[in-house]
Amino acid sequence: MSSGADRSLLRSLVSDPMGALGLVLVLLFLAMALFAPWLAPADPVKLDVTQKFQPPSLTHWAGTDQLGRDLLSRIIYGARTAVSIAVTSVGLAGLIGLLLGMIAGYGPRWLDAILVLLFDSLSSLPMILFALAVITVIGPGTSTLILVVVIVSIPGYARLIRAQTLGLSGADFIQAERAMGAGPVRVLLRHLLPNVVGPLVILLSMDIPVVIMLEAGLSYLNLGVRPPTPSWGNILYDGYTSLRSAPYMVLIAGLPLVLSTLGFTFLGEGLRDALDPKLRHGVPR
Amino acid sequence: MLRYAVKRIGLAVVILFTVMLAMYAMVFLVPGDPASLALGPRATPELKALLRERMGLDQPVLSQIWHFFASAATGDLGYDVWSKRPVLDQILEFFPNTLILGALALGWALVAGVALGCLAVVWRGRMIDRLLGVLSVSLISVPAFVVAIYALLVFAVWLRWLPAIGAGTPGDLVSQAKAVILPAFALGVGWVGYIARLVRASMLEVMGENHIRTARAFGLPESRIVLRYALRIAIIPTIAILAVGLGSVLSSAVFVETVFGRPGIGTLITGAVQKRNYPVVMGTVLFMTAFYLFIVTAADLLIARLDPRVRDVFRG
Repeated sequence: MSSGADRSLLRSLVSDPMGALGLVLVLLFLAMALFAPWLAPADPVKLDVTQKFQPPSLTHWAGTDQLGRDLLSRIIYGARTAVSIAVTSVGLAGLIGLLLGMIAGYGPRWLDAILVLLFDSLSSLPMILFALAVITVIGPGTSTLILVVVIVSIPGYARLIRAQTLGLSGADFIQAERAMGAGPVRVLLRHLLPNVVGPLVILLSMDIPVVIMLEAGLSYLNLGVRPPTPSWGNILYDGYTSLRSAPYMVLIAGLPLVLSTLGFTFLGEGLRDALDPKLRHGVPR
Repeated sequence: MLRYAVKRIGLAVVILFTVMLAMYAMVFLVPGDPASLALGPRATPELKALLRERMGLDQPVLSQIWHFFASAATGDLGYDVWSKRPVLDQILEFFPNTLILGALALGWALVAGVALGCLAVVWRGRMIDRLLGVLSVSLISVPAFVVAIYALLVFAVWLRWLPAIGAGTPGDLVSQAKAVILPAFALGVGWVGYIARLVRASMLEVMGENHIRTARAFGLPESRIVLRYALRIAIIPTIAILAVGLGSVLSSAVFVETVFGRPGIGTLITGAVQKRNYPVVMGTVLFMTAFYLFIVTAADLLIARLDPRVRDVFRG
């Protein structure tokens, strides 16, 4: 993609107020994750029981939790947890999905049939129940979360790439390339890959909020990121257990979760409208 | 039609089989032994052996898999490791609660979503339409369990209008109804936005058709055209989506049920995961996946019955 196309994409994204808002929220969220050590006013895991359950004040902008930890710092570091898990797992799944999708779309038909059956089986697993089953087997933690997301997301990406590959493999320029003696690896990597990657990127960006929400949800159930590592989910759980005495905790901890999923969804919608209006609509979670 | 039905049902069975096989494969491919994990680091070897035997993990892999499928086919999903109750009994005890919750959530989402979708179509292209569009996307993207916690805080803790936890007193319909309002609200919120978008899109498609043009030529008011003539046709794809929706709602009910401490499949499986109650987790996942496949397959068959084009695509 040339820089001219990039600029017009950015322009059409920003001209849509929803897409622009999404971009701003996502950039804010990424900045929070990236610069957490500089932004956070305190150490997110440092206990100070004398300061427990302090409501928001000038020293603790978002108050403190049941162990006297600074909530704002925990939330800022929570962004880091959410981003690293979401980006790693979606990226990995995207890569594997790309590979399997191209193999299914371009390889022999029997392999395609097996892969499609595999994709169908995986995508008929209810994601959250499957996640819980995997956690029972290998125990909770960050790597379990990433594994679950990768397994559950691969079919969606692979199906998209397969369809694109199937559609393109009959195209004239691919036929010409093959007639000139190009092997499958060359055709796939040099000619198909650049053409199928765009829609995949949109789909990946639209799945990031799904992962953020799954991470928070499982951490809320105490089955995701292990405490004391700050995660929006376990902050929400801490707040939930002291809902009556310290309601500010859930109110504050819910906001970044809502704003970041909104931001990514708005951005994804904007990107989709700007690039490819035919892609799927998001399903609620 | 019969050939299509056989193919479709066969596919569902194969998928279910593959899913369970994949789950079993995972247990044996992943390092670590479920029994030691369940008991923690300080368990004695005798205790571990006992638990392994109860989980059936002392048998050879293939015989375990065979045993699991053979008994699952007869409705025996094994026994709870800790309480020794049959797994299926527990599932059947909790499942109705979750089903009611899911159906009510989708029900209110359908009513509200259709209403918003119709409003957007009546005012299409105007400011209201755009605002409703933003609202729909926002509703879709907000995590249900955050809505659940906020709703719990506002309506149960602050205003005290509705109970905070549980599913109500058994036998007392009023208390049960009160207890399901907040969870169903939280679970349905995302679907309101989704259905609104779906209804709007399929209505706009229908609005271009001949019978709508005819109605307009007769000078019928726009609201009447939308409600009486367009909605009737545009609602069909929405109904089809609802079938799939029920499956996905039942699985995301996990979080909402936990927030409201509501007995159901979600609380059953979360409790089992926390205690590493292996047979309960496997049995519940098998049951829910089978239920989901059943609904989706039934919906597909129904659609194929109504619309022969679907069958032909499958055949080709």
